Amino acid sequence: MKTLFKQLRTYALESVLGPLFKLLEAMFELFVPLVVADIVDRGISSADGGAVVRGFGILIALGLIGIVCSITAQYFAAKASVGCATKLRHALYAHIEALSFSDLDRIGIPTLITRLTGDLNTVQSGLNLALRLLLRSPFVVFGAMIMAFTIDRRAALIFLAVIAILGAVVTVIMATSVPAYKKVQSELDALTGTTRENLSGARVIRAFRMESGEREKFASHSDTLYRRQLTAGRISALMNPLTFVILNVGIILLLRTSGIRVNAGVLTTGQTVALYNYMTQILVELVKFANLIISISKAVSCMKRVEEVLGTEPGMSFPSSAPAEIPDAPAVEFRGVSLRYGAGEESLTDMDFRIERGETVGVIGGTGSGKTSLIALIPRFYDATAGEVLVNGVDVRAYPADVLRGKIGYVLQRASLFHGTIRSNLSWGASDADEEGIDAALRDAQAKDVVASKEDGLDSAVEQGGRNFSGGQRQRLTIARALVRRPEILILDDSASALDFATDAALRKSLAALDYRPTTIIVSQRTSSIRHADKIVVLDDGRVAGIGRHEELLSSCPVYREIYESQYKKEA
Amino acid sequence: MAQKKKAPVRRETWRRLLSYLHRSLPLFVLTILFAAATVVLSLWIPILCGRAIDCMIGPGQVDFDGIAECLVKIAIAAGLVGILQWVMNSLNNRITYRVIADVRRDAFDTLTHLLLSYIDSHPHGGTVSRVIADVDAFADGLLLGFTQFFTGIATILCTLVFMLTIHPLITLVVVVLTPLSLFMASFIAKRTYDMFRLQSDTRGELTAQINEVIGNQPVVRAFSKEADCLDEFDEINGRLEKCSLRAIFFSSITNPSTRFINNVVYAAVALTGAFAVIGGGMTVGGLTSFLAYANQYTKPFNEISGVITELQNALACAERIFSLIDEGRGPTDKTGAVDLTGSSGQVTAEHVDFSYTPERELIRDLNLTVEPGERVAIVGPTGCGKTTIINLLMRFYDVRGGAIRVDGHDVRDAKRDSLHGVYGMVLQDTWIMKGTVRDNIKMGREATEDEVVAAAKAAHAHSFIRRLPQGYDTVISDDGGALSAGQRQLLCIARVMLAIPPMLILDEATSSIDTRTELKIQNAFAAMMRGRTSFIVAHRLSTIREADIILVMNAGRIVEKGTHDELLAQEGFYSKLWGAQFEAAVG
Repeated sequence: MKTLFKQLRTYALESVLGPLFKLLEAMFELFVPLVVADIVDRGISSADGGAVVRGFGILIALGLIGIVCSITAQYFAAKASVGCATKLRHALYAHIEALSFSDLDRIGIPTLITRLTGDLNTVQSGLNLALRLLLRSPFVVFGAMIMAFTIDRRAALIFLAVIAILGAVVTVIMATSVPAYKKVQSELDALTGTTRENLSGARVIRAFRMESGEREKFASHSDTLYRRQLTAGRISALMNPLTFVILNVGIILLLRTSGIRVNAGVLTTGQTVALYNYMTQILVELVKFANLIISISKAVSCMKRVEEVLGTEPGMSFPSSAPAEIPDAPAVEFRGVSLRYGAGEESLTDMDFRIERGETVGVIGGTGSGKTSLIALIPRFYDATAGEVLVNGVDVRAYPADVLRGKIGYVLQRASLFHGTIRSNLSWGASDADEEGIDAALRDAQAKDVVASKEDGLDSAVEQGGRNFSGGQRQRLTIARALVRRPEILILDDSASALDFATDAALRKSLAALDYRPTTIIVSQRTSSIRHADKIVVLDDGRVAGIGRHEELLSSCPVYREIYESQYKKEA
Repeated sequence: MAQKKKAPVRRETWRRLLSYLHRSLPLFVLTILFAAATVVLSLWIPILCGRAIDCMIGPGQVDFDGIAECLVKIAIAAGLVGILQWVMNSLNNRITYRVIADVRRDAFDTLTHLLLSYIDSHPHGGTVSRVIADVDAFADGLLLGFTQFFTGIATILCTLVFMLTIHPLITLVVVVLTPLSLFMASFIAKRTYDMFRLQSDTRGELTAQINEVIGNQPVVRAFSKEADCLDEFDEINGRLEKCSLRAIFFSSITNPSTRFINNVVYAAVALTGAFAVIGGGMTVGGLTSFLAYANQYTKPFNEISGVITELQNALACAERIFSLIDEGRGPTDKTGAVDLTGSSGQVTAEHVDFSYTPERELIRDLNLTVEPGERVAIVGPTGCGKTTIINLLMRFYDVRGGAIRVDGHDVRDAKRDSLHGVYGMVLQDTWIMKGTVRDNIKMGREATEDEVVAAAKAAHAHSFIRRLPQGYDTVISDDGGALSAGQRQLLCIARVMLAIPPMLILDEATSSIDTRTELKIQNAFAAMMRGRTSFIVAHRLSTIREADIILVMNAGRIVEKGTHDELLAQEGFYSKLWGAQFEAAVG
C-alpha cells in the first residue's frame, strides 16, 4: 500500500478534505434527533408554536449544510481517487515498458494487462469509497452512541450492547459468506472455462464426438455451482432477518427502560423519541459499513497486485551514452555465450562465432533448439548468463537501448501490426522515411501487392493487431517495416513461414540485392531459405552442431544433413 | 413497425421465462405471500413504538401495562418478520439458482450443437458472456427484481394506509414532496448518462492501446518505441481522467440531493406534525411513527426505479439467451438418419456449390470421386481457403448446392455423430483441452494406459511427455501453456493415432514440427494411411506427388484438379507453384 499512499500524498489536501467534509455532514445529521426532541419537549408540551417553527428552521438549515458538505466531500474524493488512479496507471505502464523480457516472461503479459485495466479501476473506486465512507459509518454509529450517552446513561448502555452484538453478527456472517462466495466464483470460472473451450475447440470436440461428455462435464460443474450458491446464499440470507430482530430487541429494551425513566422524571418524552431515532440509524450504517469493507478489501488486494509489479526492479539497465565502436570488428560476435531462463536448463550453451559485416547468415535447427533465443541476444532482449555478445566490437551491454536497437531491423516470428494505417506502421521503422524509401521497402519485402489490394493504398486502415490482413500479408508488411529503417543488421526470425515458396524465393533474391548491404541473419526451419547464406549456424538442443557453408555442412554436419534430407531427399 | 414487432417477441420471452419458472411456481407464490406479510408486519412496528411512547406522558404518568402490551406485540411482529424474511430469502435463492442452472443447461446444450458458421462469425467472448453473465443477470434481475418490485409497491401502499390512519393531512405533505427526490435522481441520471458513455468508450480505447502495446513488447522495443507508446497512452489516460472525474462527481451528487429532499420532507412532517399534536389532532407517538415513515417512504421509490431498469435489462438478457438457443442451433439429425460407422471410406462430391456469403462464390460445380484408401492432396498458396474443403467434409458447414456423399449417403442424411466418427482429424491450429496430457490423447476413445503410450510413441511425443513435470498426468491449459506449438501438434497427432478412424483429415498436421521429427512421424502416418481414405492439406512435395488426386486452390476456389502428372501437363497454376518450389529446392 506504500505506493498508493505515496500517490495520495500528491492529493494530500483532497484526501484530507474529502473525509473531513463527510464527517461534518454526518455530525450535522446526528443533531437532527436532538432538534426533534426539542420540538417535542419545548414546542409541543408547552404548545409553543415559535419553538416548533424554530426547530423546523434548524432542520432545514442542517439539511442545507449537509448537502453542501457532502457535495464538497464527493468532489474531493472523486478528484483524489481518479487522479491517483491515473498517476498509478501511468507509473505502471512506464514500469512495464522498463521491465526486462525475463521479468515480463515470469509475470506474464495477460496478468500485466489485467493489472493495468481491471485492477486499477477497482483501486480507483475502492479509494473513492474509502475517502467518502470509511470514516463516516463508524462515526455515525459511535456518534449515535455518544449522543445517547449525553441524553441518558442507562439507556445508552443498551446502545452499547446492541452495537456490540450487531457488529459481531455482521462480522461473523460476512466472514463466513465471503469465502463461500469465493468458492462460488471459482466454480463459475470453471463453467466459463468449459464454455469457452467448447467454442474455441468446437471443431476438435465434434470431430472426436465429445459433445455428450462435455455436456456431462458442464452439468456437473453447474450442479456443484448450484449447491455452492445455495450454501453461500443460506448464510447471507440470515443477515437481514437477524439484524432486524436484534435491532427490535434493542428497541423493546429501550422503550421499557425509557418508560421507567420517564416515570421517574429523569427522561422526557422528546428525549425518548430522540433515543428511538438514534437506534434506527445505527443499523443502516452498520450494514453499509460491512459492504464497504468488502469493496475496500477487494481494492486492497488489487492494489497489492499492482504494487507487486511496481516493486519488481527491472532486471536490466542501459548506459546513457553511446560507446565508441571498433571500425573493423565483426558486425556481431558471440563469445562463449550461454543463456538460461530462470532456474531451467540451459537454453543456449557455449555459443562462439562471428558474423562479418555484410554477411548473410542462416540459423537452422529443430523445434526448441534455441534459434530464437540466440538472435534475441543481439538487440539485448535478454542478457547472456555467461560470455558476451558484441555488436561492432562492443559489448551490447555498453549500448543505450535505442542506439543498439536502432541499428537492427528485427522481424519477429509473430507478425503483428498496430492500429493505424499501413503508412503509420511502416514509419515505425523510421519516422523520417519518405515516400520513396517506403516504396523501396515494400518492393523488397514483396509487399507492393498488399498495398495495391487495399483501396486507400498506404493510407488504408490497419485494425488492431492487423487482423484485417492475412498471415502472409502481415508477414510481408512487418518485413517492410524493418527494411524502411535501412538497418545495419537485419534479423528475420522465421519470417517467411506463411509465404509460399515462390514469394519466399523472390524475397530472398531481393534481400540479397539490397544496395546498403545489411548484415542479414535469417532464422528458418527450411534449408531452402538459408542454403545460399555465406555461413550457416546449425543448432541442436541449444548447442552449435556445425558452422559453415551449405556444401561443407552437408558433408561435415550430420544434423544439418538430416535436416536437409528430411526436406529434399525424396525430391532430389 | 419496430414497436409492433417487439411486443410479440416480449410476450414470447415472458412465456418461455414462465416455462422455466413452472417447476418452482408454488414456491414463488409462497415467497410473494411471505413478502406481503413481512411488509405489513414490519411497518406495524413504528406504530407500536409510537403507541408505547404515548404511554409515557410524563413523570408518574406512565402506563406500564400499555407499554408492556405494545412491547409484546413488537416482539411478536419482529420475530415473525425475522422468520418470514429468512424463509423468503432462502426460497428466493433456491428458485433463482435453479432457473439459472436450467437455462444454462439448455444454453450449453445448444452450444454443443451450435452451427460452426455461428461460432466463426460471432466473437467467442460474446457467446460466453451470454451463457454465463447474461443468464446470471436475467435470473437475478427478473426473480429478485420481481420480489423487490412487489415488496416496494406493497411498502408504498401499506405506508400510505398507515399514514392515512394517523393523520391524512400530513400524509398529503409526504405524498406531494417525496416525488421531488425521484425527479432529482432521474434528472441527474439523464445528465450523467453521456458522461458515463464517454468514460466507458475512453476506457475501451485505453484497454485497446494497452493490449496492443503491452502485448507486443518485443516489437515496441525492437523499434525503440517505448516513449512514443507511453505518450500515446498518457494522452488517452489524461482524457480518461477528465471524463471519469466528471462522470463520477456529477453522478455522486445524486445521493446528497435526494437525502436533502428527504430531510426537507422530514422537517415538514416535524413542523406540520408538531402543530397537529398541539392542535390535538395527533399524539407525540403518532408523530414519531410518522417521522419513521417519512424517513423510509422514498426508499421503495428509489428501489423501484432501479428495479425497472434492472427488469428491462434482465428481459434483454433473456432475449439474447433465447436467440442464442434458437438461432445458433444446427439442424438435428433427420429421422431415420443413416449410421456411417464402419464406413468403407468412399467419398464423392456431386455438383457441389459453396460460399460462406452469398456475394462471394467459392466452390462451383465441384465433382470428385474418392475411392476407399485413396489419398487426396489439397494444395495452394497460403490463405487460399484449403480449410473450406475440410469444413464441408466434416459438415461443419452445409453445401449450398449439390451433395457430398460418404458410401453413397448424402452427409445431410447421416447421423452427424457417426459422420464425425468416420474421420480422424489433425488441424494446423492445434487445440488442447484443459486437462492432463493423458486426457488429451484419450479424447477419441477410451483406451488402456499401454494404448495411450503406444500412440504417444508413434507420434514421437512420448519422450517429451516423459520430461514434463508430472509426465502423462501433467495438466495443460487450453492455450497449451508451457508446450511449444510443435509439442502441441505432436499431442494432436497422438490423439488421432489412438482413435484410428476409417478416414483421415490432416491439415498441415506437421507444420510446426521440425522436419527431422516430421520425417520420423511420416512413417507412422504412412502406416496409418495405408488402406484409409485421407485428405491432406500439405506443402511437402513428396506428400503431394504421391497423392491420387490433387486439388489445387487459389483465392478460395478450386482452380485445378487431377494427378501430379496431369496437372504438370496442363501447365497451369499448379505447374507454376511446383516450379517455384522446385527452383527453391534445387536452384
